Amino acid sequence: MPEARVIPLRPDDDEPHLPPPAAPSWDSQLTDVLEFLRRRATGEYATDEFGFDPDLTDHVLLPMLRPLFNRWFRVETHGVENVPQTGGALVVANHSGTVPVDALMTTVALHDDHPAQRRFRLLGADLVFELPFIGAMARKFGATLACSEDAERLLTGGELVGVFPEGFKGIGKPFRDRYTLQRFGRGGFVTAALRTGAPIVPCAIVGAEEIYPMIGNAKTAARLFGLPYLPITPTFPLLGPLGLVPLPSKWLIAFGEPIETASYGPAAAEDPMLVFNLTDQVRETIQQSLYQLLLKRPSVFG
Amino acid sequence: MPPAVVLVTGVSRWLGGALAAELAHDPSIGRVIGVDTVPPSAEMLRRLGRTEFVRADIRNPLIGKVIATAGVDTVVHMNISSTPAGSGGRGPMKELNVIGTMQLLAACQRAPSVRRLVLKSTSAVYGASPRDPAVFTEAMQARRVPSGGFARDSLDIEGYVRSFARRRPDVGVAVLRFTNFIGPRIDSLLTGFLRMPVVPTALGYDARVQLLHEDDALAVLTRATTGDFAGTVNVGGEGTLLLSQVIRRLGRLQVALPSPTLGALGRLTRRFGFIDYSPEQMRFLNFGRVVDTSVLRTEFGYTPRYSTDEALADYARTVAPVVSPELVAGVTGRAEQFIGRVGHTAASVGDRLRPAPPMPGLRAVRDA
Repeated sequence: MPEARVIPLRPDDDEPHLPPPAAPSWDSQLTDVLEFLRRRATGEYATDEFGFDPDLTDHVLLPMLRPLFNRWFRVETHGVENVPQTGGALVVANHSGTVPVDALMTTVALHDDHPAQRRFRLLGADLVFELPFIGAMARKFGATLACSEDAERLLTGGELVGVFPEGFKGIGKPFRDRYTLQRFGRGGFVTAALRTGAPIVPCAIVGAEEIYPMIGNAKTAARLFGLPYLPITPTFPLLGPLGLVPLPSKWLIAFGEPIETASYGPAAAEDPMLVFNLTDQVRETIQQSLYQLLLKRPSVFG
Repeated sequence: MPPAVVLVTGVSRWLGGALAAELAHDPSIGRVIGVDTVPPSAEMLRRLGRTEFVRADIRNPLIGKVIATAGVDTVVHMNISSTPAGSGGRGPMKELNVIGTMQLLAACQRAPSVRRLVLKSTSAVYGASPRDPAVFTEAMQARRVPSGGFARDSLDIEGYVRSFARRRPDVGVAVLRFTNFIGPRIDSLLTGFLRMPVVPTALGYDARVQLLHEDDALAVLTRATTGDFAGTVNVGGEGTLLLSQVIRRLGRLQVALPSPTLGALGRLTRRFGFIDYSPEQMRFLNFGRVVDTSVLRTEFGYTPRYSTDEALADYARTVAPVVSPELVAGVTGRAEQFIGRVGHTAASVGDRLRPAPPMPGLRAVRDA
């Protein structure tokens, strides 16, 4: 039939059919695991001067935390666009929960929910680095000692640094004081930000207060072990190891608008009044957004 | 202006001897005098070339006579012992390090010809503790002052050198704070430690280690002797490694022991003059230490040729691995092949059981 027309089945203007991206098959996943094990056994991976081990963090530590992040606490991240894509910035957050799970969850949030998959470099108390296993692991996870030298070095190197200025006062506060910010240290974090001109990103974390509600503090036993506090929760030490399971509270992490510090100049770090004012400003911002997040959350376990 | 007469103490050890040999090769230097308590080995003596060897103890006032009669203008002090094993116990070691330095400095202060002093110091003066900042610059001090051993000696020595510099402001004093040496030829604390097939470490700790290749150490010492840098400078390679990583890269086996056991083991091995596990050494192996080397690069004007991992790789050539990377690669490679085969079989079985669904989306043609 000469008048027959060839009709293309897939007209050119139509978008080509793309098969959905297949999940990596189990055998390629196993191959990746083997390759990881080979690297670990021969030491062929890089670590930095703070002891950060990105290979271990990406392949072991973050995957271990993800179920907790996605399923257990069902963390919702808000305002990641306030965290700069590149360059140094200081994330200042409230601290709570008896055990610093909030620091770990924020690390997962900034890696998985931020478009640039930013590494979160935590500043920890010296107690963390004195403890065997925990101290070594914290360094491999990217943490370092909370001191001005390390903070400034990381910020100058363009890293995203995380600090919890409440310290033990925040994390070890009784349950009745939940979501009330404690004193913000001595404002050392503001000084570090001013010296390096890094913006300060206030961060409010809701949900961590309820994971281990601290109703008592075994002070004598704590002193015996050289710890700042020893929590008594409704389940610990009553239920023994079962009491170590955190309660599945609903978490919200919100990053606020960055507070710019570069315009003050590095000399401003020597002005205590400015440091105090900025500290108060950051503290107020976090407290306000804590209240707002609490209103947003339908219920503790919602 | 190159120095006319150089005096090097501790010339019978590898680094001291290598420096003296290097200086002896430089025709612009008039005389090189090497001092040590023990004579150098025959091989070392051959390398030393025109270096004049004086067997003298720097703890003895005789050293003053050597400096005065030879008209020494540059003194390189390297006769500082880092292990009790090398000098016959902690007592003699401290005496050699501290009293020896005091004697040497006293002699230098008296000698008007001296116009330059180079001290081979160590980054151990920064101590090692969990309260340390991650990276030490020259301006920082130890957070927890080392209480004994080599680090304490080095701190004392630096103190005496500082007071010497105050009393003789006309003398240019260079204090070189070296990180741990490594390399195929040098005999350092770490090389001995890592040569063991099974390396004991403290359970639950992992130190950050910064290494310096022996060639870079030698180059820095030569430059400090012939140049005019005055002040304190950290000397270390670029980058760091974790102790566990170092052990794995060398193919050694790591055995993590609880710290108290390690102390007992240290006492045992020290008795056999083997490996030093002094408390300060333990702290270093627990927490490690990293120094900032920007002063070395900018003011001193030297960039180490070897980074930490390159220096380690060069050292690794001389130690046969217990677990070779080829072995590890072979095992994982075979396992990968096996997985590949199983995966292939499983896929073909799966295809046979569930034939692939027909191509989706034969969509209606618009104008048909």
